[in-house]
Amino acid sequence: MIILPKTEIMNPHDFTSGDYAPATESSDHISLKKSYDLFIGGKWVKAASSFDTINPATGKVIAEVSSAGKKEVNQAVKAARNAYDGEWSSISGAERGKYLFRIARLLQERAREFAVIESMDGGKPIRESRDIDVPLAAAHFFYHAGWADKLDYAFPGKKPKPLGVVGQVIPWNFPLLMAAWKIAPALACGNTVVLKPAETTPLTALKLAELLEDAELPAGVVNIISGDGETGQALVEHSGIDKVAFTGSTAVGKSIRRAVAGTDKRYTLELGGKAANIIFEDAPINEAVEGIINGIFFNQGHVCCAGSRLFVQESIADKVIRKLKKRIGTLKVGDPLDKNTDIGAINSAEQLARIKALVNAGEKEGACIWQPEGRLPRKGNWFKPTLFTDCAQSHRIVQEEIFGPVLAIQTFRTPQEAIEKANNTPYGLSGGVWTDKGSKIFKMTTSLNAGVVWANTYNKFDPTSPFGGYKESGIGREGGLHGLSAYLNI
Amino acid sequence: MSALKLAVTMLDVTTLEGADSVGKVQQMCAKAMRPLPEDSSVGPAGAVCVYPRMVKVAAKAVEGSDVNVASVATAFPSGQMRLKERLAEVRFAVGQGANEIDMVISRGQFLQGEYRAIYDEIASCKEACGEAHLKVILETGELTTYDNVRYASDIAMAAGADFIKTSTGKVPIAATLPVTLVMLQAIEDFYGETGRMVGMKPAGGISNAKLAIQYLIMVKEVLGEKWLNNQWFRFGASSLTNDLLMQIRKQETGRYQSGDYFTKD
Repeated sequence: MIILPKTEIMNPHDFTSGDYAPATESSDHISLKKSYDLFIGGKWVKAASSFDTINPATGKVIAEVSSAGKKEVNQAVKAARNAYDGEWSSISGAERGKYLFRIARLLQERAREFAVIESMDGGKPIRESRDIDVPLAAAHFFYHAGWADKLDYAFPGKKPKPLGVVGQVIPWNFPLLMAAWKIAPALACGNTVVLKPAETTPLTALKLAELLEDAELPAGVVNIISGDGETGQALVEHSGIDKVAFTGSTAVGKSIRRAVAGTDKRYTLELGGKAANIIFEDAPINEAVEGIINGIFFNQGHVCCAGSRLFVQESIADKVIRKLKKRIGTLKVGDPLDKNTDIGAINSAEQLARIKALVNAGEKEGACIWQPEGRLPRKGNWFKPTLFTDCAQSHRIVQEEIFGPVLAIQTFRTPQEAIEKANNTPYGLSGGVWTDKGSKIFKMTTSLNAGVVWANTYNKFDPTSPFGGYKESGIGREGGLHGLSAYLNI
Repeated sequence: MSALKLAVTMLDVTTLEGADSVGKVQQMCAKAMRPLPEDSSVGPAGAVCVYPRMVKVAAKAVEGSDVNVASVATAFPSGQMRLKERLAEVRFAVGQGANEIDMVISRGQFLQGEYRAIYDEIASCKEACGEAHLKVILETGELTTYDNVRYASDIAMAAGADFIKTSTGKVPIAATLPVTLVMLQAIEDFYGETGRMVGMKPAGGISNAKLAIQYLIMVKEVLGEKWLNNQWFRFGASSLTNDLLMQIRKQETGRYQSGDYFTKD
C-alpha cells in the first residue's frame, strides 16, 4: 500500500523508487456557501437547528446545514402535494421529459464541480466520483427523461398513473447518484418528491437543488430537506406521502416496513448485502483479481452490493491470495482529491468505529488478518484495505455487513458447496461468478439467490438494468422498467 | 524526468531496412552511445538492433561502450525458412559479435497448434545463442487473440527465452498496451512459479514519450521496480528516441526546442 503525500511536494519524484507525484484535482472552481438551508417549495428555508458537514479526509467543517424538524417536513410534504395537485399534474409527459433532459445536461456541464464536492463531503476518490458517480447520475436522468412521454408504451394497455407525493431517504455512500436514482424515475412518472439526503453527505443533494432552480423546475416538485435519522423518520411516517423509497441499512429498512404497515403507502427498500464473489479454478485469474479488488475496495467498501465474501476454489486459493496481496500492495490510500488515489477516507468516525469493531471480532474469532505495509494519514478517518483468510461461515465478518474495505476469504471444493455457502446469508443483493466456462456461469447465476449477479465482472451499473435484492436486502427494483413500475399505479 | 531518462536507457535503437548502409548504422551507433551531445547524463541506449550483415559494423562502432549489439535472426521478419538455416543465421550473427538475438517464432505452426515445434525451435535457438541473450518475438499482431499471446509467452519462457517481445514492426498491428499487459502478466506468473526473471520488449508503434511512460507505469504496476531497468525492459523503436530527447529538453528548459536541435540519424 502506498500512502500518498497530502501536500504538494516540490522535490523531484524518482519514478523508479515507487514515488508518484501528487496529482490533486483543484477545488478552486467550486462554489460552496458557508451554510445551506432547506429547499422547500422552490424556496430556501432556514430551520431552527443545524449541523456541520465534515470532510472525512481532514476532519474540517465544510459547511453548516439546516436540520429539518417535524415542522419543515410538514412544509415540504405540503409543498410537494401542492405541486402535484397543481402544475405538475397538468403538464404532459413530454414536458416532464424536457425538464429531466435539462437537469441531465446541466449535471453534465457541472460534472467537475459535483465530483469535487462529492469527494470532499464523502471521502471517495475523485477518480470514482468523476468517472462513476456523476456520469451515472446524469445517465439516470437521461434514461428516465426518455420514458416520461412513453409510459403508455412501457406498460401497454395499463394506463399507468403517478402515485402522488414520494418520500425518499438516501444513504451516504453514493449521495448524488442515489438522489438521481430516486428523483429521476419519480419525476418521469409524474410524482413529486421530498428527498432527505444522509446526515454526513448532504452537500451534493443541496447543490442539486440549486441546479433544479437553474433548470426552472416548477416550485415544490422536488423538495430537499437535510437532517438526521429523526428527519427521515418524520418523513417516512408522514401521513401525506403516498410512497416511501429508501436506500440504507437493513435495520432502518425493517423499521420503515413496520412504520408503513397498516397504511396504503407503497414502498421500495434497497438495503444491505453480503455478496459472494465466487472464483473458479478455470477463471481468468488476473482479471478475477482485479474484479475482487473492484468488488470490495470500490468506494472504500461502502457499497451495499460489495463483494465482501470471496469464495475461491481450493486448487487456486494460494495463487489468488498471493496475487491479491501483491495487488493490494499497489493500492494508493490517501487524499480523495488526488487523481492517483484508489482508496479514500472512511465516510464518518461512526462508520470507522463499526469497521474496527467487526475487524476486531474477526481476529478474536480466529480468522487470519492481513493488511499491507504503510502508515495511514494522521488526520481524518482511514482504514487499510484488509483481508481475512481462514474464515468460517459462522464468523461475524462472514455473516454481518461490514460496509468497509474488508474482505473475508473462504475456499470451496465443489460448485454445490459454493452455492450453498453463498446463499447461506440473510442477505440476497448481489453476487459474482468468475469462470471461462459459459455453462458454469448459467448454472451459478440461476442458483444464486441474489438480485444482481455479475459474471466475469463486478460493480457494473446501468440505468436500464433493474437493481435490487431478495430477503433482507430489500424489496422492489430500481432502474429499467421494473424501477419505473415502482413509481406508478398500474 | 526520471522516467524519461530511464526510457532512453531502455531503447533498442533500431534500423531494419533493406537500404541500411554501413554509414547509417555507424551514425545510429554514435547516437545510441551519446543521444544528447551536450548532456552526458542522458543515455546511453540499451542496444542497437540491426540485421545480421550489419552486426560487425555495429559491434565495432559501439566497442568499449555499454551499448549492446542486438541482431534480428531466424529469417526475420516472417520466420518462413527451415530451422536449419534459421539456426545458422543465429550462429552467424553471434559469431559476428551480437550479444543479443531477436528471433521470430513460426506463427503458422503456432496457429496450426504445433506448439511442440515452437518450443523446440526456441530451445534450439537458445542453444545456438550460446552466451548471447535471446529475445523471442511472438508477432502478436498475427497471433490475434490474447489467449494465443498468453500461451505463446508461456511456451517461449519455458523454452528458455531471456526476453519476450511483441512484434517485428513489419506487420500493421504491433505493440499495444493490452497485449503488453498480457505478456507482463505471463512474466509475473512465470516468475512466481519458477523464480526466474524474464525481460519484456514491446516493439513497433511506440513513437512518443507519453506512450513510453504509460508502458513504464504498467511495468512498474505489474512487475514492480525490479524490472525497471534496461536489463529487464526494452523498447524496440526508431522514432521514439528523438521525442524522448525533446521532452527531456522541455523538462529542463520549460520550452520545446525545434526539431533541428535533435540529430536525425
